[in-house]
Amino acid sequence: MSERSSLRLIILGVLVVSLIGTLVARLSYLQLVAGDEYRAAAAKNSTREVIAPAVRGLVLDQRGRPLVANRVSLVVSIDRMTLAREEDEGAAVIGRLAEALDVSEADLALRLIPCGQEGAAPPPVCWDGSPYQPIPVAKDVDTETALAIMERRGEFPGIIAQLEAVREYPQPFDANMAHLLGYLGPVSQDQLDAQGETSDPARLRSRDIVGRTGLESQYDLDLRGIPGITTLAVDTVGRVTGTLDITEPVPGNYLVTNVDAHLQAVVEEQLEAAVLRARDLGNQGTSGAAVVVDVQTGGVLAMASYPTYDPDLWVGGISSKDYDRLLKSKALSSNAVQGTFPPGSTFKPVTTYAAAQQGYDLEGTYDCPSEYEVGSQTFRNFESEGFGPISLQRALEVSCNTVFYRIADEMWLTAGGNAATLESPDPIADAAERFGLGRSTGIDLPGEAAGLVAGRLEKQQTWEERRDNWCADAKEGYPETREEDPELADYFTALAKENCLDGFRWRNGDAINASIGQGDTAITPLQLAMVYAAIANGGRIYEPHVAKAVLTSSGEVVREIEPRVTGVLSDTDTLEFLRTSLAAVTAEGTGSGPFAGFPLDQVPVASKTGSAQVFGNETTIAWYASFAPVDDPRYAVVMMVTEGGTGSAAAGPSVRAIYEEIFGVVGTDVDPDRSVLIDGVPSSDLPIVRADGTPITPGMRPSGLDAEGQDAATRSDSGLLP
Amino acid sequence: MSVTEPRPQRFVGAVAQDRQSYLRRMDWWLVISALLLSAGSTVFVWSASRADLAPEDDPQYFLVRHTINIAIGVVLAFIVSKLDFRLLRAYTPVIYVLSILGILLVYTPLGVTIAGARAWISVPGGFTLQPAELAKVSIILVMALILAEKRDAESEPRDRDVLLALALAAVPIGLVLLQNDTGTALVMSVIVITLVAVSGARRRWLAGLIGGGLVAVFLALQFGVIRDYQIARLTSFLNPEGSEGAAAYNAVQARIAIGGGGWFGHGLFSGPQTQGNFVPVNESDFIFTVIAEEAGYIGAMAFIIGLSIVLWRGMRIAMGADDLFGRLVATGVMAWLAFQTFENIGMNLGIMPITGVPLPFVSYGGTSMFASWIALGLLANVRVHTAANT
Repeated sequence: MSERSSLRLIILGVLVVSLIGTLVARLSYLQLVAGDEYRAAAAKNSTREVIAPAVRGLVLDQRGRPLVANRVSLVVSIDRMTLAREEDEGAAVIGRLAEALDVSEADLALRLIPCGQEGAAPPPVCWDGSPYQPIPVAKDVDTETALAIMERRGEFPGIIAQLEAVREYPQPFDANMAHLLGYLGPVSQDQLDAQGETSDPARLRSRDIVGRTGLESQYDLDLRGIPGITTLAVDTVGRVTGTLDITEPVPGNYLVTNVDAHLQAVVEEQLEAAVLRARDLGNQGTSGAAVVVDVQTGGVLAMASYPTYDPDLWVGGISSKDYDRLLKSKALSSNAVQGTFPPGSTFKPVTTYAAAQQGYDLEGTYDCPSEYEVGSQTFRNFESEGFGPISLQRALEVSCNTVFYRIADEMWLTAGGNAATLESPDPIADAAERFGLGRSTGIDLPGEAAGLVAGRLEKQQTWEERRDNWCADAKEGYPETREEDPELADYFTALAKENCLDGFRWRNGDAINASIGQGDTAITPLQLAMVYAAIANGGRIYEPHVAKAVLTSSGEVVREIEPRVTGVLSDTDTLEFLRTSLAAVTAEGTGSGPFAGFPLDQVPVASKTGSAQVFGNETTIAWYASFAPVDDPRYAVVMMVTEGGTGSAAAGPSVRAIYEEIFGVVGTDVDPDRSVLIDGVPSSDLPIVRADGTPITPGMRPSGLDAEGQDAATRSDSGLLP
Repeated sequence: MSVTEPRPQRFVGAVAQDRQSYLRRMDWWLVISALLLSAGSTVFVWSASRADLAPEDDPQYFLVRHTINIAIGVVLAFIVSKLDFRLLRAYTPVIYVLSILGILLVYTPLGVTIAGARAWISVPGGFTLQPAELAKVSIILVMALILAEKRDAESEPRDRDVLLALALAAVPIGLVLLQNDTGTALVMSVIVITLVAVSGARRRWLAGLIGGGLVAVFLALQFGVIRDYQIARLTSFLNPEGSEGAAAYNAVQARIAIGGGGWFGHGLFSGPQTQGNFVPVNESDFIFTVIAEEAGYIGAMAFIIGLSIVLWRGMRIAMGADDLFGRLVATGVMAWLAFQTFENIGMNLGIMPITGVPLPFVSYGGTSMFASWIALGLLANVRVHTAANT
């Protein structure tokens, strides 16, 4: 054999050795150097997580009465992904389902359209959850219907009927509380996007149901708990090959509120009574709100808005019919925290405080003519009544506008009048801001309105925003109005022209309007309650809180929500003067009507009426703001009825009724045992929740415990409950 | 009784002596390595295929068949090793023609398409055969026969012989290519080039073959003979994470499985990638992935060492052969096993494109197991023959 052959064979051998060397090098790299990275990839590859939803936490009142609980309901949902695979994209299935559920086909179809898509109904009827999430369309389906659907799988592809935990509203004492509690809805894509990439086990997942409004939304993170995750090893086709890890779901925490369900029921009842009373008096009485706060803590004891709705409508998804009805009734938003209204005469204590800061003598004498003229404008008293020279206290008692007009006009002039700059003092706006107006109170409810404080700065800003429109209107001269009413068009045009030219200027007329809570000033009933709470408690502006504490589902305290002061009014003498004067309003002023016969000697009530004009409405907003007892203030009660007439006639009697229920007043007899509040006062302790999750409610003895003292002892080392 | 009847004894003695010499001449490193490789492969084939439950819901289905295949392979190797060397030369033309006919059978109704390649024929008993695997043997024999057919005075094969050898080899390679069985055609081409080289043929033949191969690949790409998906499949190993399709998926999953194995592996039946069936065909083409994942670096290296010993002994046998035919047969077998080992493990490790090439002695698959053992039988035959003449 040739040399060449042997040589080539040797070369072949070297080649083979180098190839094997390459393999060994590569194997060493993959397994010994880069191993960790690939191990992680393998772990991710071959596991699936099965999510067991956590039971959502209860919402309790301050005595442990459940306001929101859970129950099990048969819910029918539609899986759009499956439906889309049908030849007719599921139209026939929807038709059959509508028939089975006895609802309209169009209504069902609307629920399936994603929000923002053409033909979609406004949210929440349209679907704003994840596209992969089955859409719930009916709850509390009877077993027969559910069985019929589940047994005829062929006719109902993509239709799921299963037991789900849904919210239940026990409504103790028939308290509705819809606006406070809020409702649940599917998590929105925006929420998921905002959350970003996270591996937090408590993170939102695309199939979650979350709080959309009210406390359910505000305290969603506390209430929703942490779902249980079972990590399964699976193969490529999803067959389970083993269980790697199990974490049990952690139930959501319980939210204890400051609300007393019994008082809440009384407030709701009295608000409705006030609205009906206003209507009986011949007014529209379109809507209303009522707030009761603890002036010493800022705790919200009761809060109601009229009209309201049945929170149960939202359970398992709301139908478009129900939603349309809710929209038309304007019941969805809370007038108490989301509606802003001119405060009218209830604002006068703020003006009084402003005057005192400018050196006006609280004990001085002020003239109360029936009208006050500024240039060509005449500002009148209510029903053009004059009282002559009176004290400032008397001016508050009888709600004399002209006294405050003069003070406002003088303060305006002192600040520089028309020549004032933006830096010049603006005493009324300044005082309003000190009382917390013009900014949100910080209540633990979503969507709170900040309101507006009329003033020099506010007017400048408004002008800057609207100047272009005013100038355009002045130029065009309201052609449409002109066809029907040339005179009105002339008036509008002149107004627009004036606004266009110097609408930024804070005139004395503006200052005069501001002094009695008219003009651009707009506040929420809650803000007014906090103003009166501050007068009552000696100047502390509290951040109002609906929630009192968060407990675990086995009763341990997670955190207590401590009272928080956001501002302090330092002029205690003026506040003292206001307390005395407002007590006199109830005793012998505009509040004396509704409080006639009330045992003010035992329960002194301070109050102020208001009848605020709203441009375009014939009837005024009826306001009644108050606090009690004046000598040891605890409660501030504010009620208002839009287009309700006068505060004393429409709202006054209802506020009185609320105080009667709080203090246990019958006739002139006061007995705390009759109070809707147990022991006559708001609870200072937290309610007890048993280890099994059952809250102990009034009238129910805690098992194994027989005395109050022992309750307290157990509470102190919480978590040891049997 | 007399002592004049020694013949039967002598006969027995001759047989005994003959057997003794066969066993003594046998290359035991080679045989034992191959046996250990096949024996070791059974547990991993079992581990990889338990969950497949196909086709009869029997977790041991593949294990049983694999074991039977090995047994048949060992018997075939024994038979081939015992064949008379001259007889082997004489039968070569017959074997060649039969193998061509076998490949053509694929086009008859007996043909079966598996993984995109119409490269199998079904035989009674539910088995399938891949004639191309066996055609590798015939290419080695026919080329060795022709290239060794030269005058003793000449140090290199005549050009006429080289041309004839190439022409004869081209037939099965062409047929295999037509069946979309790129992997097998590649292995055959490597065998051809190696045989031409080691036969001592002039350098221009080698240059021509390698250059011609490159031109052919270029033209095939240029004129779209190779389809885009085939190109994608062949190149996806370069960047599997960024590629789509089954081959890229395969490459990624195999790498994850191997990388996760570490030093000692997850243990038999415990590789998450293997047990989750994330690596397709992991009992055949991707068996190395299973070994590396479940037995780790130690286990994978054991298999590489086993295969290296086989190749080392093959090399020794080729070097030591006392005639060119024997050397070429041994060289052809060595080139075949070496390239197939490199290509198969290479694609498992993501450094070679994914082509359907099994790992010799290890992968599940009847024909390839038979072919591996027949190849071993050829090496043993050359060895025993050589030893007998020295």
